[in-house]
Amino acid sequence: MGVLIQSIYFIAAVLFIVGLKQMSSPVTARRGIVWAGVGMLLATLVTFLAPGMNNYVLMLVAMAVSSAVAWVWARKVAMTDMPQMIAIYNGMGGGSAATIAAVELVRVVAGGESLPLTVQAVAVLGALIGTVAFSGSVIAFAKLQGLIRRTVRFGGQQLFNIAVLVAALASGVALIYGYGGPGLLAAFFALAFLFGIFMTLPIGGADMPVVISLYNALTGLAVGFEGFVLGNPAMMIAGIVVGASGSLLTQLMAKAMNRPISNVLFSHFGTGVEGAQMETTGEMKPIDAQDAAIMMAYADKVIIVPGYGMAVAQAQHKVWELAKLLIDRGVDVKFAIHPVAGRMPGHMNVLLAEAGVPYDLIFDMDEINAEFPNTDVALVIGANDVVNPAAREDPNSPIYGMPILEVDKAKNVIVIKRGRGAGFSGVENRLFFADNTRMLFGDGQKMAAELVNHIKELGG
Amino acid sequence: MEGGLVIEGFVALYIFMLAAFTGYEVISKVPVILHTPLMSGSNFVHGIVVVGAMVALGHAEGWVEQTLGFIAVFLGAGNAVGGYAVTERMLEMFKSSKGDR
Repeated sequence: MGVLIQSIYFIAAVLFIVGLKQMSSPVTARRGIVWAGVGMLLATLVTFLAPGMNNYVLMLVAMAVSSAVAWVWARKVAMTDMPQMIAIYNGMGGGSAATIAAVELVRVVAGGESLPLTVQAVAVLGALIGTVAFSGSVIAFAKLQGLIRRTVRFGGQQLFNIAVLVAALASGVALIYGYGGPGLLAAFFALAFLFGIFMTLPIGGADMPVVISLYNALTGLAVGFEGFVLGNPAMMIAGIVVGASGSLLTQLMAKAMNRPISNVLFSHFGTGVEGAQMETTGEMKPIDAQDAAIMMAYADKVIIVPGYGMAVAQAQHKVWELAKLLIDRGVDVKFAIHPVAGRMPGHMNVLLAEAGVPYDLIFDMDEINAEFPNTDVALVIGANDVVNPAAREDPNSPIYGMPILEVDKAKNVIVIKRGRGAGFSGVENRLFFADNTRMLFGDGQKMAAELVNHIKELGG
Repeated sequence: MEGGLVIEGFVALYIFMLAAFTGYEVISKVPVILHTPLMSGSNFVHGIVVVGAMVALGHAEGWVEQTLGFIAVFLGAGNAVGGYAVTERMLEMFKSSKGDR
């Protein structure tokens, strides 16, 4: 039986790695998740056969209830809400790893079992990381879901956080060396839990994707460590693979946002900027939908730049309809996506894919920036900071240095925007005041629909 | 832990080291469009924690351990199932203009 179980775990580990590899290319990605899923199913089923196990009823109840809720929720949630779903499911994984450690440590503290020092240390470390990933992810979820609207900041916050972490570490070390009883164990988990909360609370919504990705990597580590404690190589390999790939992914995301990870965690957006920002000159020049439609219909090349505002307005289907009409007229249409468009890197691609836009019409910032100078019309929908030339020109702007889509270099720019306000970062956007920019004021979906109608009226 | 392999310190260290390089290599050339699905996919993969949770609950004795074990299985299963459903839903939508997958 032991050989069967270990063989299945081995196969599962292979399937996870192959699955992840396939998920890193759009052509094979779909197959990748299915392979990994098969691995998970096999590993779970064979674990029921493990020797000396009890509590099968409890196990089945926990699995059935949790799976049903998670499945239904994941299926019915809107695509725009995906980031917080990832956060909450990730938090559950971290919590699970931490509770596994808790079961082991409770046994040790009660004196019924003693673990070698290394194992004890790894169990405690995994418990700490898992608990932080759990409470941190729950806060990230609550923030993105709009359950917590305020960003909690107070004086001496950094010091307070460090104090909580040091206290958690100290109680952890005491546990490793076998001091203290159930009280200390409870205090250790409570401190780790608090640290996750207080570390995440001051971080703003725009930085949340990086944080979720970081907690994803942390959960991976915690799972890997508890795998070592349980002597389960499948958990060790899967956990550490995720820990490493998650760390890399976090770095890639932070780089795409031009925000070093230390900045995301320890400083706050918009603070520390001194000096007057450059004055914006000129005025916004409005355009109506009919003129905008004509401009695009008779263009040779149009680049559409969607932002999160498009997704909020649920305009992606209409925008794709518009793009199809233009393509039928022989216009060269491309979609340009900033790495942080949407709530996290790649989120906008998912939203466009949902509307049916083929991925080979969608281009990254690096691929398409050179094309703006010979583009007739750049259509910006619901994007703001990621097309703000201040990032390139104004050293005093909070977003200075962030790579942007160089939309302002196109011959004509049309911006669909609901109102005249500033963007997420609160920065005025000089693109809107530029000579080659026309503003189409209105709700994204309504304006896209009007553009579609006007182009249809033009006929072939 | 009964039922598990005995993995001595340095063997574990080698496993961790090789797994870390594997994770790094697997992701290193991923296009930006797949960042979100991939994060979701790796989120699913660490759902393997449910297996450990099952073992922990399977050997739990007394109400404290049983309660903790129950919570571990509950959370772990949610991670695995929810992670799979979310990822699969996202990847389902990726198609090219030639209509192939």
